[in-house]
Amino acid sequence: MSDVERVEQLLRSALRPIEPPEALTDRLERRLSELTDAAAEELADWEISAMSDPRNWGRTGAAVVVGSLAGGALIVVRARQQSKKREARGLRALERSMMDVAEQVEKRFRRS
Amino acid sequence: MEGVADKQRLDRDFSELYRTHLRDVYSYAYYRIGNHHDAEDLTEQTFLQAYRHFERAQRESNGRPLRPWLIRIAHNLAANYYRDRSRRPQTQLDDASVISAPHPTEQLVEEREEVKEVLAGVSNLPDDRREALIMRFALDMDNREIARALGRSEGATKVLIHRAIKQLEQNLAEEATADE
Repeated sequence: MSDVERVEQLLRSALRPIEPPEALTDRLERRLSELTDAAAEELADWEISAMSDPRNWGRTGAAVVVGSLAGGALIVVRARQQSKKREARGLRALERSMMDVAEQVEKRFRRS
Repeated sequence: MEGVADKQRLDRDFSELYRTHLRDVYSYAYYRIGNHHDAEDLTEQTFLQAYRHFERAQRESNGRPLRPWLIRIAHNLAANYYRDRSRRPQTQLDDASVISAPHPTEQLVEEREEVKEVLAGVSNLPDDRREALIMRFALDMDNREIARALGRSEGATKVLIHRAIKQLEQNLAEEATADE
């Protein structure tokens, strides 16, 4: 083994990928949820003020849909948090999360 | 309904980006900054900033992977961190690098010492060389990705990594000679 190869091997041992702490993932996912919440609320406020003008009624309907979907990202993150607690990470967990998301979005549509 | 579908796809893509690269961003931040507390802050800020600019980044990426863009955000934030606080990176071996394979005690101690020396050597390299090595070895990025993250050509990146390894090798050899 050459000296360069030896150094490369040492670098691979020294610079191993590090798993982020659980506290960070929880905090970060909460922050991202807050951001999508804020986006959804902003749309909701706009909907209420726009309702007074009949010219905006068509656009308001569209905004309700967009608002529901802005919350979608939030649900994605929350669904992942829930599934992470229930079972190990993996494709099955992700699939289940996405099904939860579809269900939640559908509920929001029905409500709006 | 095209806008709605776009928004839905965008949110899903961002969740996927976050899920896939959280460990990359955290590893980069840790080795760049040298302590877990600040690495957590840097990781958080990186994703919050990425979220704000994700739509544009995706539009301009022409289908290319977004990991280099994400690491570039972390790189810029880390540069601000040093500029604001006039700090140099620290190295905390015990938390960062664990040799998991079973070894005889003596060999384990020896390897830990070597790893410690390598980490110290990496932290003493010039910023651009240190970053290139972190991206290559901790994140397993190829030359093209590293070049995009650092805003350099692929050729310049290849030279940068080669020089970084040579400098580290030389420094380690000098230390070994001094210890004898």
